[in-house]
Amino acid sequence: MSDRQDITLTVNGVPVRDNIEPRTTLLDFLRDQVGLTGTHAGCEHGVCGVCAVLVDGTPMRSCLLFAVQLHGAAVTTVEGLNQADGSLSPIQDAFCETHGMQCGYCTPGMLIAVHDLLAHNPDPDDEAIREAIGGTLCRCTGYGQIIEAVRLAAARLRQAVPAEDIDQ
Amino acid sequence: MSAGSFRQIGRKQRVREDRRFVSGDGRYVADIIFPNLAHVALVTSPHACARILAVDDSAALAAPGVVAVLWGDTLAAATKPLANSLDTPGVECYPLAVGVVRYVGEWVAAVVAETRQAAEDAAELIAVDYEPQAAVLTAETALDPASPPVHAGHGSNVLYNRTFVWGDVDAHFAEAAHQLGFRAVWRRNATVPLETFGVMARWHAGDGLLDVWASIQMPSYPEQIAGALDLKTSAVRVHYDVDVGGSYGVKRGIKHTVLVGHLTRLLGRPVRLIEDRLENLVGGDAHGPDRLFDVAVAYDDRGAIKSMRLRVVEDVGGHTGRAPLQLGKPVSAIVGPYRIASVAYEAIAVSTNKTGQTAVRGFGQAPTNFVIEMAIDKVARTLGLDRLAVRRRNFIPTEAFPYLIPSGSTYDSGDYHTVLDKAVALAGYEALEKKRDALRANGLLAGIGIATCLEPGGGNSAFEPLLNPKNKTTTWPESCRISVGRDGAVSAFITTSTAGQGHETLVATIVAEELDLPFDAIRVVHSDSLSGLPGNSPVASRMAIMLGGAATGAARKIRDQALAIAGRQLDREPTELELRDGFAQVKSAPAERIAWTDIAFIAHRFDHLMPAEQEPGLQASFVWQVPMGGALPSADGRVQMYPCYSFAAHIVLATIDPDTGVVALPDYAIAHDCGTVINPDIVKGMVLGGTAHGIGAALYETFLYDETGQLITGSFADYPMPSAHEVPDIKLVEHCTPSPHTSHGQKGVGEGGYLAAPAAIASAVNAALAVRGLEILTLPMRPVDLEALLNGND
Amino acid sequence: MKAAPFDYVRASDIDEVCRLLHDADGEAQIIAGGQSLVPLMAARMARPALLIDINRITALSGIVVEDGHLRIGACTRQRAVEQSAEAANACPLLTKAIGQIGHIQTRNRGTVGGSLCQADPASEIPLVAVTLGATLTVQGPSGERSLPAREFFYATMTTAMASDDCLTAVTFPVWQDRRVGSSFHEVSVRRGDFALVSAAAQLALDDDGVCRRAVLGLGAVAPCPIFLESASKALIGHTPTDDDIDRIAAMAVAQIEPDSDVHASADYRRRVAPKLLRRALNDALVEARSKPS
Repeated sequence: MSDRQDITLTVNGVPVRDNIEPRTTLLDFLRDQVGLTGTHAGCEHGVCGVCAVLVDGTPMRSCLLFAVQLHGAAVTTVEGLNQADGSLSPIQDAFCETHGMQCGYCTPGMLIAVHDLLAHNPDPDDEAIREAIGGTLCRCTGYGQIIEAVRLAAARLRQAVPAEDIDQ
Repeated sequence: MSAGSFRQIGRKQRVREDRRFVSGDGRYVADIIFPNLAHVALVTSPHACARILAVDDSAALAAPGVVAVLWGDTLAAATKPLANSLDTPGVECYPLAVGVVRYVGEWVAAVVAETRQAAEDAAELIAVDYEPQAAVLTAETALDPASPPVHAGHGSNVLYNRTFVWGDVDAHFAEAAHQLGFRAVWRRNATVPLETFGVMARWHAGDGLLDVWASIQMPSYPEQIAGALDLKTSAVRVHYDVDVGGSYGVKRGIKHTVLVGHLTRLLGRPVRLIEDRLENLVGGDAHGPDRLFDVAVAYDDRGAIKSMRLRVVEDVGGHTGRAPLQLGKPVSAIVGPYRIASVAYEAIAVSTNKTGQTAVRGFGQAPTNFVIEMAIDKVARTLGLDRLAVRRRNFIPTEAFPYLIPSGSTYDSGDYHTVLDKAVALAGYEALEKKRDALRANGLLAGIGIATCLEPGGGNSAFEPLLNPKNKTTTWPESCRISVGRDGAVSAFITTSTAGQGHETLVATIVAEELDLPFDAIRVVHSDSLSGLPGNSPVASRMAIMLGGAATGAARKIRDQALAIAGRQLDREPTELELRDGFAQVKSAPAERIAWTDIAFIAHRFDHLMPAEQEPGLQASFVWQVPMGGALPSADGRVQMYPCYSFAAHIVLATIDPDTGVVALPDYAIAHDCGTVINPDIVKGMVLGGTAHGIGAALYETFLYDETGQLITGSFADYPMPSAHEVPDIKLVEHCTPSPHTSHGQKGVGEGGYLAAPAAIASAVNAALAVRGLEILTLPMRPVDLEALLNGND
Repeated sequence: MKAAPFDYVRASDIDEVCRLLHDADGEAQIIAGGQSLVPLMAARMARPALLIDINRITALSGIVVEDGHLRIGACTRQRAVEQSAEAANACPLLTKAIGQIGHIQTRNRGTVGGSLCQADPASEIPLVAVTLGATLTVQGPSGERSLPAREFFYATMTTAMASDDCLTAVTFPVWQDRRVGSSFHEVSVRRGDFALVSAAAQLALDDDGVCRRAVLGLGAVAPCPIFLESASKALIGHTPTDDDIDRIAAMAVAQIEPDSDVHASADYRRRVAPKLLRRALNDALVEARSKPS
């Protein structure tokens, strides 16, 4: 039997401390220990991309990380993408506008992937959009309305930020 | 009835459910946690067919965190067998294997522990001594009377074999100028959602009540639970307010539910089983159609098809249930959109030692459309005629509706010629041909595919008695209850789970339309199975039709009550009044009006102002039997299957890399007709999403077994579902032929593009191969299949 | 799919890694990116008693070009190499190949060294390493040694490393020739899936268009990625024509004995490999010819 370990990390800006088995994936840790059920399990073997979170700002599959590995790291889940006042972010709002989801199960993973894309590429073409979401499966939408959401979100974000302020 | 005549129906409206999903606030079954929850992991069979000789769970029981181990014989003694839809009393299936295992992955024991991790650890410690037996691994073997029966009590591996003959097939074939025949294969696959099946059950001993939360999409789910656990239906409460992470037919988990239902009663604590992906793919009994078709058509010199023979063998696997009824659904559109005068339909279901089958999007219509379209293409190709022209020649013309097909269903409405014309225009067909030719000049194989396919919608229980005459059921309703609070707030209650179809949005739109209130003012609530009214779950492309109809019926009752109250206040006959923008007003003198909120307040608080004999409050229920339903099949198997028929034309350009066999789809255009569109975004999503499923079935997805019955494509690494790279941009255009049977002319669209896409892509790939004198009649058409076909003789 | 229990340690330096591996006597495994290892653990097909996490050892990360070589630390993320202009300049074949590994999120975490140690014959980095003749630096309890990539892989998923070795770096040769062309092609079922067949080519032309250097490789057609030595040599000294390319591709294939597996038959691989190699060669030539003399 393995020894449990102490870990401390930040989740959505909030410090979390726990004592867990090393085999606890970050996915299970977030859902079961931290109680954030927005991140979903699709396959638990790293293919579907539904479980994506940001680790120190970088999107990764949380089913392929053990929580103990994240000691000291900052993790952002889909809940962490929510605006503080409860209103929808431009990306969330765009997904609602174009109906870029149906059952919602892949949506957290999609939002994480899209958040990362638009943080680095404010004007992605369709190929860049497909590349960004290509590792996240959706079985409901056929991706069309998701791609529309990303285009819409990108346009709105570009409008909101004066061109000279965008980090090149 | 066109969209222009509605105030809210057909207009852009954000899908209400999306709001919680983008916040990570969905409520899926695995998100619902109770204190003292116990977790199940399964011990599964490594053999396709074996007798269980001995078992040893002592090490497992002693393992940390383990609460119990349950075996099949114990469970079978305490429960009734799972329901079968066919007349196969000798087939008894339980959640856990009893004495024999019938497929790799079949559940043998359930381990219950404090955590899923502990349950999996303990499951590894369970020892089972098997004696492997010869396995039946193909449909052909199963048809051989000498093959060992998968279900000994049934005596053979043929679960069902009936030939239906509608019209004078023999004479039509004898008289025809031409006939052709072919064999086609739809290899086993499924619409595999990203959320696996999960269920949690909690037994309240004091109340004698079983609460169930599940990721479910299944008719008669509470009834089947009650039946298996020997409970009254009033002792089972299924909570339908669980978000289902995709289903597309497959989430039927009855064995999962009976298992945890039994365990919670046994252990006195809530128990849950959330399938992991391996359990789901290998032993979850969620595989789809696995069909061998033999098709023959008789036609004339101009390609008009007079008669068709269709024989289908369906490999159902080791567990039965409802899935074999998928052989019945195609009877509802057995001639497709064509004026075929007679049909012989031989439907055979066989058992094999493979994973059990479930209903999949379209309930058997997608494979059937695949072969019907293959037949039309072959007729055209054989005669050297244009495939579009041959389809047009065969189409049921719009003036012929309602149109009775030989198998007894009447198609409600349609305009196939116009829809195809729209698809051709949208595709830019002539330019597409030039693009195809340019791609060919560049060394690729390229072809344009066409599919013109029906989507029967609305559901009907008719295939139950059709395939099992002992089951004389004809009822197939959906319900809605509306309650208006004293402040005028409207709540509508529906008795169904939702897996992304937007039922809350659907019902809010319809009720808002009927009561002329704002969309956002209508709350929609998922009832549970005790507080709800009869329903049949969102199968069969039925909810826009049936739930829409039920919501309309309930809303009109509310309207009538409200107008009666208003009439008394305004001293007018209710027939002089209408609801408009939150008021009841006199049609000819709108200034004479009373606010909705005042009407509601009167209903709840001012009995002295109420019309005579009207109940206090403002509430109504409507339970709606499926239109055109209610009849049993005739002796020769004719019956109205489904009430409504949507239609789509897909035109797709496919390329094949001749060296590698890889297919790309550079152009895709769809014209679709689902009658009145209630929510444009939802409809678009169904068409695009269904098409993506179809791309998967056509080019990528199949469950493959090796010669020992091991499922060798049993993880997501080996079961390739289309990503955003594999689904192209798809152009859409609509047409509307309203249904005369529904509340607002709407038809179904939930099965969407899935019913035409595989046929269209097969058509395109075969058009590309025809240049080399080759054809492929097996789906999926993977790179390795196409490359072997093209270059296998090198 | 919960992994079997294991003990976990975060190693602070490479010596500690080797010591832990040695003491565990085959029961320990290194976790770098985990993109291959963790799925196996989730399926309980890999069950290390001890997981040694090397992600915090900064000495194992880095992209450095010096002395005509591109040295990449074993724990460098694939995505970092993919996005490195320096790496693209020094070793364009590697950059072309890395972009085809999996998906962005797997490349965000997956490492160059992890891919090499996994030694999947269908994977991209081992094929590039073998084609270019990279050198792998390995540290064991008795010290550091260098292994040529072409001798590093010797059976399916098996390398020349001992169970107490730790890969620390891989060094790719940088071609200084002016007119270099490179190409990486793979066939997969979907974009990002592992290769059914892959081909790598890099060549250098002189000012007259004569080929002066050439390296060719094939992946997923053998237990290990293959450097096509005689086919590579056959290009040298010629101004390659279409016929040359055909001939060389056929020669290369004559060497290979692919296996059948659930994803593709041996025949598929045998037929597709020369065609893919031809494409890679062609593209490399076109690129090289486009460079100014």
